[in-house]
Amino acid sequence: MKRFYLALALAAVAGGGWLIYQAARPPAAGPTGAVVPLPASDGFAGFTMGSDSAPVEIVEYADFECPACAQFATVQMPTVREQLVATGRVRWRFRDFPLPNHAFARYASHAAHCAGEQDRFWEMHDQLFHNHSWAQTGRDPSRLFRELARSVGIDLDRYDACMKSARHAGRIEASKQEGDARGVNGTPTFFVNGRLLTTRSWGSDVFKSVVDSITSRGR
Amino acid sequence: MTRHRQAIAFLSLAGLFVALYLWLYKAGVIGSLACGTDGCEVVQTSRYAVFLGLPVALHGVVGYALLLAVSLVGLQPRWLVRPGPTLALVALATVGMLFTAYLNYLAVFRIGALCRWCVASAVIITAIWVVALHAWKREQGAGSSS
Repeated sequence: MKRFYLALALAAVAGGGWLIYQAARPPAAGPTGAVVPLPASDGFAGFTMGSDSAPVEIVEYADFECPACAQFATVQMPTVREQLVATGRVRWRFRDFPLPNHAFARYASHAAHCAGEQDRFWEMHDQLFHNHSWAQTGRDPSRLFRELARSVGIDLDRYDACMKSARHAGRIEASKQEGDARGVNGTPTFFVNGRLLTTRSWGSDVFKSVVDSITSRGR
Repeated sequence: MTRHRQAIAFLSLAGLFVALYLWLYKAGVIGSLACGTDGCEVVQTSRYAVFLGLPVALHGVVGYALLLAVSLVGLQPRWLVRPGPTLALVALATVGMLFTAYLNYLAVFRIGALCRWCVASAVIITAIWVVALHAWKREQGAGSSS
């Protein structure tokens, strides 16, 4: 029986040591909090969804780590897409506005841009917002993002290369600066045909009535 | 009987460390999971990772700690020949196995990801259940033949 207790104690010590090692281990290779902004931009004006000939363009400035943006994307946006975008009435444009207090916002934006390289921006956009618990943990989300990318059919070799290169950091920074210049001071912020939507209620019915009013004036 | 309870003690200790590892990750003490795939993080950050207001992994910690405690108590001289500890181990392992099966079902069919540590826990609790059940049957056989 003594040998049993000795073996059990040894196993307990080994397991405890392993746990301490795991806790002390630095996080796996991934973001250090943000993608380093590059000074240059290529004039990229954001990802769009909807018809080029739509009479109304809505520009959304959003931060992937922002809970309100996630709520809008998951609760309201499906109806907006169905009623306004899919019907050809609205072209939706997404602009990055990573807030400085959000450690992984730029990294998430970059992941979405890398997905965009493979024509999967909106799919990745949805994944990042629908699986938003990553934004509450404060932990390195790089592996989760990679898994999300895989789930939407992205070629992971190309995704990895893109993330490693940080080649879209300039676009993201340019988008942020554009938002600053337009007076964006929180997320999400919307511009409808260039005009700031001042309401802080972002229900799909608000967008529908705004679009209705614009299109009826145009008739 | 002794061998069975010793085996369950070892298996419970292994399960306890697996559950502790997942719980420490959930609590933010461990930065990333050594998973092989990324399924562990997907599962651990999903809404199914909380049950009755507590992290699922914490339920595992408590469950394996109980199994370990019962098996160690069952190895004490005054309990060694009594069937109570074995019956308690069978009951605990049955509950644990059903709960683990449900969690793995959620992981695969609801979340669409496979967490290897969750599978490891499922294997451990199943092994505990098999050993406990085997011990209980042997005790029943010994009891009826005596």
